Amino acid sequence: MQHPISIEPPIHRTVHAAFVVNGERHEVAIAPHTTLLELLRETLGLTGTKHGCELGECGTCTVLVDGVPILSCLALAVAYRERAIETVEGMAHGHTLHPLQEAFAELGAAQCGYCTPGFLLAARALLDANPHPSRAEIASALSGNLCRCTGYLKIFEAVEMAAERCERCEQKGERRGSESVGQSVSESETARTSNALPPESGPTTHNP
Amino acid sequence: MLRLPRFTYLEPQTLAEAVRMRDEAGSDAAFVAGGTDLYPNMKRRQQTPSTVIALGALSELHAITGTPRDGMTVGAAVTLTALTRHPVIAERYPAVAHAADVVSTPLLRNMGTIGGNLLLDTRCNYYDQSYEWRKAIDFCMKKDGAVCWVAPSSPRCWAVQSSDGVPVAVALGAEVTLLSVRGERRIPASALYNNDGIAYLTKAPDELLVAYHLPPRDGWRATYHKLRRRGSFDFPVLGVAARVEMNADHTVRSARIVLGGVASYPMEIAEASRAIVGQRLDETTIGAAADAAYRPAKPMDNTDFTLAWRKDMVRVYVRRALEELAGE
Amino acid sequence: MAHTPLSPVPSPTPRSIIGTSRRKVDATAKVTGAVRFADDLALPRMLHCKLLRSRLPHAKIVRVDTSKAEAHAGVVAVMTGEALPIPFGILPVSQDEHVLARGVVRFVGDPVAAVAALDEETAAEACDLIEVEYEPLPAITSIEDGIANRTPLIHDYGDDGNVHKQVALEFGNVDQAMANAELVREDVFFYEGNTHLPMEQHAALAEWSPDGTLTLWSSTQTPHYVHRALAKVLEMDPAHVRVIATPNGGAFGGKSDPFGHEIVVAALSRATGRPVKICLTREEVFYCHRGRHPVLMRVKTGVNRDGSIVAMDFTSFLDGGAYGSYGVASTYYTGALQTVTYQVPAYRFRGARVFTNKPPCGPKRGHGTPQPRFALEVQLDKIAEELSLDPAEMRLRTLQPANSVTANWLHIGSMGLGSCIRAAVRGSGWREKFRKLPFGRGVGLACSSYISGAGLPIYWNNMPHSGVQLRLDRSGGVAVFCGSTDIGQGSDSVLAYCVAEVLGIDPLDIRVVSGDTGITPVDLGSYSSRVTMMTGNAAIQAASRARALLADAVAEKTGIPRERLTFAGRRVFDAEHPDRGASFAEASQWAEAMYGTIGTTGSYTPPRSPGRYKGAGVGPSPAYSYSCAVAEVEVDPDSGIVRVPKVWIAHDIGQAINRMLALGQVEGSVYMGLGEALMEEMTYRDAQRHVVHHHPSMLEYKSPTTLEMCDVETYLIEEPDAEGPFGAKEVGQGPLLPIPPAVANAVYDAVGVRVDEVPCSPHKVLKALKDKMKGKPGGGRYGPAGVPAYAFPEPARVLTPAEGGTGREMDGRTHSEVGGPVAGAGGPPQRENTAASPDPHHPSTATRRKGSR
Repeated sequence: MQHPISIEPPIHRTVHAAFVVNGERHEVAIAPHTTLLELLRETLGLTGTKHGCELGECGTCTVLVDGVPILSCLALAVAYRERAIETVEGMAHGHTLHPLQEAFAELGAAQCGYCTPGFLLAARALLDANPHPSRAEIASALSGNLCRCTGYLKIFEAVEMAAERCERCEQKGERRGSESVGQSVSESETARTSNALPPESGPTTHNP
Repeated sequence: MLRLPRFTYLEPQTLAEAVRMRDEAGSDAAFVAGGTDLYPNMKRRQQTPSTVIALGALSELHAITGTPRDGMTVGAAVTLTALTRHPVIAERYPAVAHAADVVSTPLLRNMGTIGGNLLLDTRCNYYDQSYEWRKAIDFCMKKDGAVCWVAPSSPRCWAVQSSDGVPVAVALGAEVTLLSVRGERRIPASALYNNDGIAYLTKAPDELLVAYHLPPRDGWRATYHKLRRRGSFDFPVLGVAARVEMNADHTVRSARIVLGGVASYPMEIAEASRAIVGQRLDETTIGAAADAAYRPAKPMDNTDFTLAWRKDMVRVYVRRALEELAGE
Repeated sequence: MAHTPLSPVPSPTPRSIIGTSRRKVDATAKVTGAVRFADDLALPRMLHCKLLRSRLPHAKIVRVDTSKAEAHAGVVAVMTGEALPIPFGILPVSQDEHVLARGVVRFVGDPVAAVAALDEETAAEACDLIEVEYEPLPAITSIEDGIANRTPLIHDYGDDGNVHKQVALEFGNVDQAMANAELVREDVFFYEGNTHLPMEQHAALAEWSPDGTLTLWSSTQTPHYVHRALAKVLEMDPAHVRVIATPNGGAFGGKSDPFGHEIVVAALSRATGRPVKICLTREEVFYCHRGRHPVLMRVKTGVNRDGSIVAMDFTSFLDGGAYGSYGVASTYYTGALQTVTYQVPAYRFRGARVFTNKPPCGPKRGHGTPQPRFALEVQLDKIAEELSLDPAEMRLRTLQPANSVTANWLHIGSMGLGSCIRAAVRGSGWREKFRKLPFGRGVGLACSSYISGAGLPIYWNNMPHSGVQLRLDRSGGVAVFCGSTDIGQGSDSVLAYCVAEVLGIDPLDIRVVSGDTGITPVDLGSYSSRVTMMTGNAAIQAASRARALLADAVAEKTGIPRERLTFAGRRVFDAEHPDRGASFAEASQWAEAMYGTIGTTGSYTPPRSPGRYKGAGVGPSPAYSYSCAVAEVEVDPDSGIVRVPKVWIAHDIGQAINRMLALGQVEGSVYMGLGEALMEEMTYRDAQRHVVHHHPSMLEYKSPTTLEMCDVETYLIEEPDAEGPFGAKEVGQGPLLPIPPAVANAVYDAVGVRVDEVPCSPHKVLKALKDKMKGKPGGGRYGPAGVPAYAFPEPARVLTPAEGGTGREMDGRTHSEVGGPVAGAGGPPQRENTAASPDPHHPSTATRRKGSR
């Protein structure tokens, strides 16, 4: 039996690139076959982005690029250099949770919490594009994210509650970035999101 | 974590550079746009190109141009989401927009492109598996092995055409432009596909699909019906694309009915079209067309669901597609 | 209040926390990405592990050559089965697994060798360089195959050839009772296997210290059992092992066995002196499996014309896969809980679990009971139709009463199934819909019950099942230590709520430290819906003891009579003069001054069950939850595709600890039940194709998406159970059970065909419809034709409580010899009448036989 995997890697170059993640710029050297998921979790230590299959079949690794939710497991990191990448760590403003985060916590939309970052980001993109989604529109927008715990209903309710609250903060002129599909964020928008600090990592029980 | 194999990454800035790079890299190179087909396949070691040529920087491939009156051209790297949401496409080519909209998930459609969709690798439950899994069955003909496990005595591979966009492209009589260092050529979409799970494309490996040309919107109407287990994620186990053009007396002037998911290529059922051309679309003629489509459809054991049921569904889905067109 | 051994202090009423809806204590961490799951952990110098797995379903290992892998750049260690000779397994009776295969591989995916390398890619490359020479053995691929073929033997132990476990029990005289029945129905059902599919892939990180101590972080539901397995296989002093269960990213039973990959990273860490981590791929998670057993069932039930059951004869055949896992318990569970919903005066159960060359089955949400529940509830639907009875009314008339003992000696405490049926019937508009909706639409009803924790531990011991330690300090903060594992169900929050309720403080004043075998007292694990019941009671006991200490101090310091002290609003005060008192922090300080450091403990052991026969260890529980569901379906008669727009479900939870979390558990259970009912399947190719898994991927294993999920209307029935903490019973598993039969019954209501199988796939519905239309004999039904001919041993006979039994086997005597009364002749057996009435208040004094599990 032949072994189809080539054990000797072909010659490849390490790529020097800058990535803008949650408004912060990171210059790193990575191998070209590094996925955005691997870059975030392993190179930058942003483990809030989870993985469930690494084949684009579950939505767990969802992140936003220029406001658009994508599968970071199928994204080659180098192709997303200098783009505005947003992960769950960037959703809160300082100590203030995003209305979606607040609603997910309040309504029990996160049971085990493993799919939650992906759902939050997919929902965030939905609300940015459609501030008043119907239940059917929510289900459709989140149909690429699997959850095994909740049966989705608490998630739908949380998105609805957050939409209501966003509407209120919108009226106060506090609406966050609303990039539409396929467009890059402008310099000023990038600068604005850079105010977003990662949340304080509070003590958890299980840290090594 | 499943990881990509190593490769050399190239990022051409012009189309000419892209095809030149492909030419220089030789047979062991792959173009990539959205990556939603190639990268999973690479992670499972179904494809292991040593050079990957990314098309993201090529602005020509991201445009949608033209008018419904003269026909429209969609750049190959237009994402499925962008295609779905394009107001003119959505309104004037609803079957095209719908077929793009039912691909996988919203997340994948934000990455996947129409070019990738038209060139989607054929799929099979014996092929779309990890390297380790495939090793356990001594591999299959399509990659590293000798046997087609779907039909072990068959000399050919039975991997199945699984793109939603392809049957629609063929039914509409759309065309594609292919580019290589040898030049450019424009061919009907129907001429792009072979009924072979391995050599499922007629294009040369180094040819880059650059544009998808939709025909002028002149009187025909079309639809696409997809069968799958779930409302998202799943590839079609059957896709029915139908296009009809009506006479003033409500008889069918021309028709094209194309099945996806039942063969290694988009299967056009000429007999089904003949059953309705010159006729009004009514229960009898639609039933005759559905029967005509049922007979040659030969689903194999390569997707979700049982084959017999999938074959039964050909009749049901063709009927429903034509009923929809009759009701418009 | 139960479990308050020290001088009790009145509890503030109404309760301020229990029964309300509030966010979980870890909710913020879960929505900010701050929770660290096992694969999120990294340590300096950490190595990465990959496993080489068997590519054959059954083979002898002739030779393993690891030299090329060892020489591969970046590889630090390679390990094979030679290094780890000691077997392990979750049950003491099934110690049949090795960390890495020794001599034989038993399924495609069985681990053969392990590599630790500087990075994961290198480890994977090295696995591919390991050469394994196999001598293939024929594969056993099915229940029928395993029963028919005694060779090759998959294991050298078991009850009968490849039959791993046989059970044969008879309570009362079934044949005699059946002969007197006015209607006897016999049906055959099949429930396909399916798997948990937690979103998080299993991961583990081991750190060996030069001191000879080991720390393992793992996504496990059962750190205590992993701890024991590590100590056993690595031949370590258990005192030097520490297992930390990381928050589980979903588990559902799939992370409740000790796994080879957890042990191998520990062994590799010991071998290399470096931390070693493994994270399984999705495909490997399918190979870990331990999911729902495929079960083929024959059920014969005798009833009277009013639908009351006079006798039931239940036979189950389980496809166990390649290892024991929890399978002995699973086998018993396919026959244990039939009796706790409706009165079954005479009951015979025979079960056989067969080893096959497939990934091992084990416990998935509902462990062993959704399959028989499906069979029973669909058969009752058929019986109701045959007797022209409304299925809901028929069930209401035959309920097992509260505070009774069943024919198989299970003690029932609170029993709210009647309330559940009435709530679901009323909410769903059942009477306006059943047999009245247009063709293609239908409703179906089914009921179920589940245990709130198993009555016996997995290994024989007489220690508590759950322990809680409390530490109070001068800040007014409280730390709760408990070995339980939060798998998303909210067990950390339940601990905080129970303690906060008793001490009158806020849950956020409490730090919960859980699932760490080096720090927290033992809790057996997050399985069998035992956690709220057992940790809740232990937490209440620990908190009550702490409250007593604080009350002493406050009474002495303030002169307020002790019995008037109330704990609420972070204060300890005089119930008659609420302004008099102290803050909780002051009270803690006074108590610390009076008694020294304040630390209390609480523990919980389930009450002794009255059953004494071999096998009586599976089924007993401190309390049983009950559910009733009505499913509405739409069936497309052209395709057979079934859609479920809505489910109404009532669940008898006793008392919700957190209403919102309880509803979340019900909805999640309905979701998982819906997936099983309609599409989820764990299936394999034939022997020519090496019995490979059909589709070990997220894409082809069909987990319902947002678009398939139905609306759910939930009714929580709160009739407090005397044994439960604040009256609470389980909610995490039971609500799954009625969904598959409710859907199947609804399909019949919609289009008039029976699919006696799970899942209810469209091709099955369509085939039944076509057969019916063609007038084929048996048309209108899709399902298995029969069960294999298998000679079970003569059942062990046990007199029922109504027959005046003692709960023991009859020592080979037959019914006629002892002249027991005809089963069913007596009224419902009452707990008070039984000889062995358990005393829940003195559980530690109960003597208990070793269970057969």
